[in-house]
Amino acid sequence: MNENGKKVLEAEHLVKIYRRGSEEIPAVNDVSLSVEVGEFVSFVGPSGSGKTTLINILGCLDNPTSGRLVLADRTVVDNGEVLSESSLTKIRREIFGYIFQKFYLIPTLTVIENIMLPFTFYKKPGAENEVARIMKLMEIDHRKEHLPGQISGGEMQRVAIARALVNRPSILLADEPTGNLDTRRSQEIGGLLKGLNEKEGITIILVTHNPALASMADRIIEIRDGKIHTKGMALS
Amino acid sequence: MINIFNVAYKNLLRKKARSGLTVIGISLAAWVLVSLLGFNRGYESSLNRDIDNLGFQMIVTAKGCPYEAATLMLKGGTGLRYMPQSITEQITREPEVERITAMLMQAVFDPNKGESGGYSAYLGVDPATFPQMKSFLEFKQGNWFTNPDALEAVLGYEAAELEQREVGDLLLITEKNVEVKVVGILKRTGTQDDGTIFLPLNAVQKIFGINNELTGIGIKVKKEADIARFEEKMYKLPDVQVVSLSQVKQTIMTLVSTAKVMVFSIALIAILISVVGVINTILMSVMERLQEIGILKSMGATAWDIFKLIWLETLMLCISGGVIGSALAMATAKLTEILIRQLLPYSPSGGLVQITLPLVSLTFGVVIIIGILSGIYPSWKAGRVRPLEAIRSQVE
Ligand SMILES: Nc1ncnc2c1ncn2[C@@H]1O[C@H](COP(=O)(O)OP(=O)(O)OP(=O)(O)O)[C@@H](O)[C@H]1O
Ligand SMILES: [Mg+2]
Repeated sequence: MNENGKKVLEAEHLVKIYRRGSEEIPAVNDVSLSVEVGEFVSFVGPSGSGKTTLINILGCLDNPTSGRLVLADRTVVDNGEVLSESSLTKIRREIFGYIFQKFYLIPTLTVIENIMLPFTFYKKPGAENEVARIMKLMEIDHRKEHLPGQISGGEMQRVAIARALVNRPSILLADEPTGNLDTRRSQEIGGLLKGLNEKEGITIILVTHNPALASMADRIIEIRDGKIHTKGMALS
Repeated sequence: MINIFNVAYKNLLRKKARSGLTVIGISLAAWVLVSLLGFNRGYESSLNRDIDNLGFQMIVTAKGCPYEAATLMLKGGTGLRYMPQSITEQITREPEVERITAMLMQAVFDPNKGESGGYSAYLGVDPATFPQMKSFLEFKQGNWFTNPDALEAVLGYEAAELEQREVGDLLLITEKNVEVKVVGILKRTGTQDDGTIFLPLNAVQKIFGINNELTGIGIKVKKEADIARFEEKMYKLPDVQVVSLSQVKQTIMTLVSTAKVMVFSIALIAILISVVGVINTILMSVMERLQEIGILKSMGATAWDIFKLIWLETLMLCISGGVIGSALAMATAKLTEILIRQLLPYSPSGGLVQITLPLVSLTFGVVIIIGILSGIYPSWKAGRVRPLEAIRSQVE
């Protein structure tokens, strides 16, 4: 696991309530958890249990109804009070890389252009020197001049991961990254994520329905009805 | 290295047909605009030049006096009426007058002319003012008179052919038995000047023994002057008649301005249609890309970053449309001219469609404004997309 045990993420009593007419749906219902620097955590649970809602809140893509969230010593949400949109953008740029089930590559940009797309908006100093290494790490450097339409689904997801990594995020947030891939490709992606976590020290928060993928994590958190069901089930 | 221009451009390439059609729409609007503005300029300046080529827009003659040599011939060289030379001072004093030139026409019977003789007409003109007013007259040979009293003649193109004279030859004025020396022969103008024999005013007065009297005064009116009012004033002078070309010009301009209103409405409609087309295209592409825009935001793009990207896409469409449209307008200027000539009640000679650099720049300005304006709403909408949009809409 990690050496110093420093927390990169701390959530306390997060609640997210959706209103559908007069009905209130607590998609996230009093969740408290913390993630340490360099940890690999996976969330599992039945469909509709609130996994996506939860990690969107953790990743500052969505606001909770109430609760508190601290990211790298910065309080993002306090008692349901959220920072301004521009502060959130800053936190997203600096802390997170996101990958999703769909890859959202721009079809008219080459692989390398897609990977470097974040630089048109924001670039951490020296980040461009990392691009070649990241492509190698994701095993797509031989495809860099191809268009997304010319590569496989597994390769596309690897491009998307590389794109999420170019600004060297401290946390990689992945919501069902293998949902569109077959078992073998899923295992490949799992292996790459594991490697990123172990060799690069990137904190990974993963949501998946795939038990094999989930079991690669240091810790599996099961969500049911918006609550944490079993906590801290360590695997070694 | 990738940059925002690159991304915007490649985004437009994603739907080639749609982007292409939008560009065509804008090109057409730009084409119509450039052509119409070019016409607006060209027509007016051609018409002005046509009128200016007449030298003066108005001729005042003594009542009943023929003002063209041809009319004089028909009347058998008779019927000349005179007005006092002092009237020129009176006319010069009018504020609407830019310049005037005094003229004295005389005719004599020449028994050697044709089979049974004919009339020769001589127009005495003031060497100080006449050549200036008719500055468009070009010489085939020679030049104007050497001095205001010289016994010299300048022949119109046809007059020279008829008399068979060249520069340096002498020309006999029958009845008066005076010889004048030909000093200049004009090029063909297509006007009555071609058949005229010009002499210095003083020489005509001396040869024919007419002092302080004139047959006509050519008047050039100031551009901004109220011509109708000025004509009223001229009509009030005793015993004169006014032949005005300004009225003709104004009538033409009124007819043309009606046509102009029509063509500008067409241009306006073309612009409006292309604005709607641009907004539609960009808005559609934003709607299709909501998730992707969400992803861009999760990558750290601010609302302003997205706004810029979409705006840039809009501007790129409009600018390429502007370039194509202007090029098209320049390439088809001749064709447009032929078309317009058929539509108009009166077309002056010379270029009807004048496409100039300022005009193309103006059109570019309009097209860029179209882009800026029509980009605002879709760009603003795109900028407001929340990053969450990307994830939520996965559930489709
Ligand atoms: N925008 C929304 N408005 C209303 N209800 C919502 C909204 N988003 C999610 N929900 C509800 O919240 C609950 C949790 O949804 P969520 O997407 O977080 O589940 P999940 O665990 O990610 O499911 P899955 O495994 O199928 O992705 C569900 O009952 C869902 O219907
Ligand atoms: Mg989900």
